[in-house]
Amino acid sequence: MSQATAGGLKGGYPDYMRESIAKVEATRAQRLKDGSPKAMTADQREEVLQAWHPDYKADKKRALSVGPSKGELMPHEVADLFEAYPVIDPKVIDLSSPDIETQVLILGGGGAASVAALFAHEEGIPAEDILMITKLRHGDCNSVMAQGGIQAADRAPDSPAIHYLDVLGGGHYTNNPDLVKALVNDGPLMIDWHEKLGALYDKVDGEYLEAHGGGTSRMRMHSAKDYTGMELMRVIRDEVRNVGIPVIEFVPAVELLLDEGGRAAGALLYNLETEEYIVVKANATVLATGGFGRLHIQGFPTTNHYGATADGLIMAYRAGVRVIDMDSVQYHPTGVAYPAAILGQLATEKLRNQGAEPVNIEGESFVYPLEPRDVEAAAIIRECYGHEKGITTPSGIRGVWLDTPMIDAIHGKGTLKSRLAAMWMMWSRHGIDITVDPALVFPTLHYQNGGVEIDANGCTAVPGLFAGGEVAGGVHGKNRLMGNSLLDYNVFGRRAGIAAAHWAKANAAKAPTLKHIDAFTDDLTSAGIEPSRKAPMILPNYRREEVLDRRLEILT
Amino acid sequence: MTEEKLTQIFVMGKAYDVPAGITIMDAMEYAGYRFVRGAGCRSGFCGACGTVYRKDGDYRLEFALACQEMVEEGMHLTQIPFTPAPRSDYQLNELDAAENVLLQHYPAIARCVSCNTCTKACPQDIEVMDYVQAALRGDLKRVAELSFDCIQCGLCAMRCPADIKHYHLSQMARRLYSVTESPEPAHLTARMAELGDGAYDAELDEMMSMTLDQLKQRYAERVIEKEGEAL
Repeated sequence: MSQATAGGLKGGYPDYMRESIAKVEATRAQRLKDGSPKAMTADQREEVLQAWHPDYKADKKRALSVGPSKGELMPHEVADLFEAYPVIDPKVIDLSSPDIETQVLILGGGGAASVAALFAHEEGIPAEDILMITKLRHGDCNSVMAQGGIQAADRAPDSPAIHYLDVLGGGHYTNNPDLVKALVNDGPLMIDWHEKLGALYDKVDGEYLEAHGGGTSRMRMHSAKDYTGMELMRVIRDEVRNVGIPVIEFVPAVELLLDEGGRAAGALLYNLETEEYIVVKANATVLATGGFGRLHIQGFPTTNHYGATADGLIMAYRAGVRVIDMDSVQYHPTGVAYPAAILGQLATEKLRNQGAEPVNIEGESFVYPLEPRDVEAAAIIRECYGHEKGITTPSGIRGVWLDTPMIDAIHGKGTLKSRLAAMWMMWSRHGIDITVDPALVFPTLHYQNGGVEIDANGCTAVPGLFAGGEVAGGVHGKNRLMGNSLLDYNVFGRRAGIAAAHWAKANAAKAPTLKHIDAFTDDLTSAGIEPSRKAPMILPNYRREEVLDRRLEILT
Repeated sequence: MTEEKLTQIFVMGKAYDVPAGITIMDAMEYAGYRFVRGAGCRSGFCGACGTVYRKDGDYRLEFALACQEMVEEGMHLTQIPFTPAPRSDYQLNELDAAENVLLQHYPAIARCVSCNTCTKACPQDIEVMDYVQAALRGDLKRVAELSFDCIQCGLCAMRCPADIKHYHLSQMARRLYSVTESPEPAHLTARMAELGDGAYDAELDEMMSMTLDQLKQRYAERVIEKEGEAL
């Protein structure tokens, strides 16, 4: 077969990688015949996790020294933000006449925020009495980038109980059972809601095309090509617009506001363009601010959006909400390892659920392709650094092949391009045709498994403060399965929106204060925290160091 | 590690030397820009980073997503902040697909001069003009299929001489197509009713009352469903 040659590359790969690709091609027919390696036993899983998963390295995390979850282990990069001083000085903020008063304030602009807004409205809050505020644009979020699918136990021989068992086993039995029960019971309900909103799930002859995900025992993964997250996000966002719920973009929240009695009273926002602060007084506040991927824990690249900097966790923590499972980070097994231009971007698990398997430099398969994500990721790291059977890229990164041509070999020519259109386009922009050649992958920082503590209604320990989506913990325990984050933001976005609406109708907000910030600052000082450390981060900084070193602040 | 090869680009008229082989977005950050607008998911799905550029010696305006496209020598770049376009509000369940509702809500499509500028502007390689033509015919299925990969970056609407709001139009078309021509499978409707009757409560309650060892046992004994095979 002919390969386009550009810049010394054949079909996007340098010659030395082609030698390994030839081995992958040579073993493909036999691998297709033999099937993938068997799934690991519980003991084998434990062994590879302990030895190779980044979460299991004790020196990469520490116990928090302040706040309601004092003693909670978390990665240093995250702890640095929890143990940090506010970016604002409460003394200069005038809270006496709020700029905006609303019934339900929703912090965030992604999936959970949008679902919460729609269900708060369904629950009787007029659209104009709901306000969504977001750091970037409405829909610039992780929800929009989810590719592979959403789980829901909606047909025989599946049931919510089987889904429950898969979730708990995948999460190493550390999940909050009440939250998992809500997740699995509401699965079909949310798919039904999407259908009524006009989302387009993949169907064949009027039936869903349902597949496995890593760690599932039933085929319950619903997809919309490999644009599942985007399809759901754009439909839900379109409905938010139809209903007329106001959204203010580029105004992140920097602190929560509490009344004298410690109940949620709104939030302090920051206009990223005019640099003004904005005081919002609200009867109920919903935290839907997502996760922490942009903290690049242990130096990993990330699949996450530009604003995934843990702001909501920090604000809630200062307001008195505990966090759980923060020591657990999801590294997606297959991030892009080559080309370097798109390093760390997501190679969806759907590639594996459609038949592609991980293969080493010798063309050997070495792991069951659909282990739970932490196990699969650890096995790939072991193959590269333990067995020394990875492929090293020109920029020095190791990876393994994901044998994508197997997809068309199994399901017929044209399957990959139709079911995985986004993946095909991503690599083709760099001269690689993944229907012909395998793709090089390595784990990438993908998801915050833990988060703020909620109950099954999305309530936090602070009255009037609700949370849902990636910012909240407990649903997935120490490891989330594929397809349960889209489901999570729908289920708990909805529950948080409903609970917030009920609260907002019954409780008028009282005068907002920032007293909890003063108290938290005192704790930081007592703990001897370095005053230069500030949070929330709002946005990461990727400017080159040489530029930052020469930067003058002249315009005031 | 290979020696870093630099390439010259122009950002809003100023020259910068940046590493070859990185994306426009990474190159601008390398040059010293900090994005507030113009960066979102950074993976090609959110449409925040629509970018236009010209190359030396080429009269054409090119379009790309800054997070996906690699820099090339002599690129003259300008990021276009996302520009909201007016959209038509609707009640999905009150739309009559038999009428040409797309034309009613977006009458500008009748002004399409088939110049194909929208298609050329699309960073997702969508046949935008073709779906506008399909919309004029009221062919919802065709609009839905052709427009499916749309990330709503809005570059089509920015370029259109007839001021068509393609990405809002196709959003409405896909939703309407879904509820009219791609109905919910019967098994989901049935499962909803069963859940309403509490048909699965006992099984779940039993699972929730198990000890950790019992749960682990049950997990280890799971039978994995295989495609096309009954359990």
